[in-house]
Amino acid sequence: MRSRFFTVVGVVAASATLALGASACGGKSKSGGGDSVTIGFMGDLTGENSGLVIPPKQGAQLAIDQYNATNPKVKITLKTYDSQGKGEQAVPLAKQAITKDKIAGLIGPTFSGESAQADPVLEEGKVPNISSSATNAALATHGWKFWHRVIGNDNVQGSGIGEFIASSLKAKKVFIIDDASEYGKPLAATVKSTVEKAGAQTSGDSIDVQGSDYGATVNKVKAFNPDAIFFGGYYAQGGKLIKQLREGGVKARFLSGDGSLDKGLAQGAGGTNADGSVIGCPCLIDPSGTASAASKKFATDYKAKFNADPAIYSAEGYDAATAYISAIKAGNTTPEKINDYLSKIDVPGVSKEIKFSSTGEPTATDVYVYQVKGDQLPLLGNAKNATVK
Amino acid sequence: MNNLFSQFWPYTIDGLSLGAIYALVALGYTMVYGVLRLINFAHSEIFMVGTFAVLGTLHLFGMPANVGGFALVGLVLALAVAGGVASGGSAVLLEYVAYRPLRRRGASRLAALISAIGASLFLQQLFARLVIPKAFNLPKEKGALPVQGHFAHKSDVVHIGGFELPNDKLIVIVGAVLMMIALDMFVNRTKLGRGIRATAQDPETAVLMGVNIDRIVTATFALGGAMAGVAAALYMLRFEETRFDVGFLLGIKAFTAAVLGGIGNLRGALVGGIVLGLIEMYGAAVFGSEWQNVVAFSVLVLVLMFRPTGILGESLQQARA
Repeated sequence: MRSRFFTVVGVVAASATLALGASACGGKSKSGGGDSVTIGFMGDLTGENSGLVIPPKQGAQLAIDQYNATNPKVKITLKTYDSQGKGEQAVPLAKQAITKDKIAGLIGPTFSGESAQADPVLEEGKVPNISSSATNAALATHGWKFWHRVIGNDNVQGSGIGEFIASSLKAKKVFIIDDASEYGKPLAATVKSTVEKAGAQTSGDSIDVQGSDYGATVNKVKAFNPDAIFFGGYYAQGGKLIKQLREGGVKARFLSGDGSLDKGLAQGAGGTNADGSVIGCPCLIDPSGTASAASKKFATDYKAKFNADPAIYSAEGYDAATAYISAIKAGNTTPEKINDYLSKIDVPGVSKEIKFSSTGEPTATDVYVYQVKGDQLPLLGNAKNATVK
Repeated sequence: MNNLFSQFWPYTIDGLSLGAIYALVALGYTMVYGVLRLINFAHSEIFMVGTFAVLGTLHLFGMPANVGGFALVGLVLALAVAGGVASGGSAVLLEYVAYRPLRRRGASRLAALISAIGASLFLQQLFARLVIPKAFNLPKEKGALPVQGHFAHKSDVVHIGGFELPNDKLIVIVGAVLMMIALDMFVNRTKLGRGIRATAQDPETAVLMGVNIDRIVTATFALGGAMAGVAAALYMLRFEETRFDVGFLLGIKAFTAAVLGGIGNLRGALVGGIVLGLIEMYGAAVFGSEWQNVVAFSVLVLVLMFRPTGILGESLQQARA
């Protein structure tokens, strides 16, 4: 009861703030000679996972500020909605954005769970939305016309990592472990089917995220004696798993997906246990700008503006904003016109080519791999052609 | 199946070392139940306090790394003392704050049970929100994340007749068994131990015979807590990581071990812990790790069907010197 009470209070307070903000902005938008269009950004901006959401927000901010600095006919205002990553807050905020703020498009919601709840509202309100980081594969299966994302889904990630294991690592025996979660299990299954298609032999096990002893799994890995181990799950368990595997004398290369793309992986593994492990992600984190010229320019501009390196999903946030910018540049300012434009868009982005299939998925299937070194995770390259050192 | 046969020895060692930790924690449940007929659900948090005391001690030692050989044995001894004192002390404090006032006022056992659950949640949240962020200098929202302390050098292996025994698991098993023997001797050979047995058998008569019940209850909590503290040191040696809810699953398993062996029975806790640890590992080997808990609890139900009082059955009050 109490938590619901606070939720309600929070929403009311948030709506009040937004209403004030909206009226203040409304006054400004027509003044100063040019028209302006409002684009929203929704995600967990202050909660415990805000570390995953501030970077894409900053990426989007950078793109829009750069565009506004060119003094265009129609300027863009970025309006943020703090959903705390929760569906029950994202839904009223989405309604607010559509009816009161009259946004022309939304970047976000950033997580898959809140997306599943807020996207139907946006669909009904006919407001285009582009998520920078919601990777659940099922989001594309609802036939939504206004929904898009600029990040490969979990299936794309799984097959990208699977191909990397088979062709770059040339592993013949792969042990697949999952954490029995809604995220980890299908990801591990896709990796498994991909490496099997490439002719590798597999075996597997599931771990209990609540437990601390993975001895049974370690013994199974030892019996199978694989060349590579893939773990579908999050870094907290991934780190412990690496630790116990190495203590058990298993030397095979450890790989995992974006749930393990965190410094906590190496910390949990302890010492140099995690070194050399390869983590795949459909996201591009490239502070040194080695991936492409566009990535280099983005990294330099981002550093100059925020005095920090681009982090997880900042390139995707930039790309999502770029999609709206090119729509507005082409003279589309209403939600429906922008959405029509998005169905035909084809412009180069930082992380990938910005082009959507009819379901709203990006057509590019780039997956990037990162290799653990100390507690850092430097980019190794695109999974299609990266090689491990 | 093949897994079990080809890796039988490692599965057995893992099962024994896991079971040894269950057994030590189970002692706290069993002793308190024997004396007060109370299931101390906050015992899992007593264990959690122990793991953090161990981590704090490691920091006091300047967070040593890669300790191996006899130095490791010495270090674990020191950590066990620190964990034992912290857990024993907090168990006594817990009894004083959460149970004694209820006992004095003759509250029902259900009230004590609720008090136990409340104390458990209180301690968890206190650590997650306040103690962990303060002690480890973390931002407030990170208090619920695991904290690591890597100190042991674990690639040393002891060879026993062609079998390999990793050093950390060896220390865990030997350490736990030694603690068990010491406690068993204490309860069966000393005056205070006799008082504990007398109170467990018949509290009213014990009072008439001049036993100070409050002192006995304090001693019981202190001993049970100290065992959980030693278990915490061994757990930290094995896993080198803890968090605010580390005791939750382990507490349930240890309580299960106590029931499996026969609640109220000290030796039953050892048997129950070891049996549970082995079943979990063998079950995982045959059916896959995701079935580990299903197998373990199925065995528990089966055992209780045929022996409702647990494997050893006999309880603390019937134990003779």
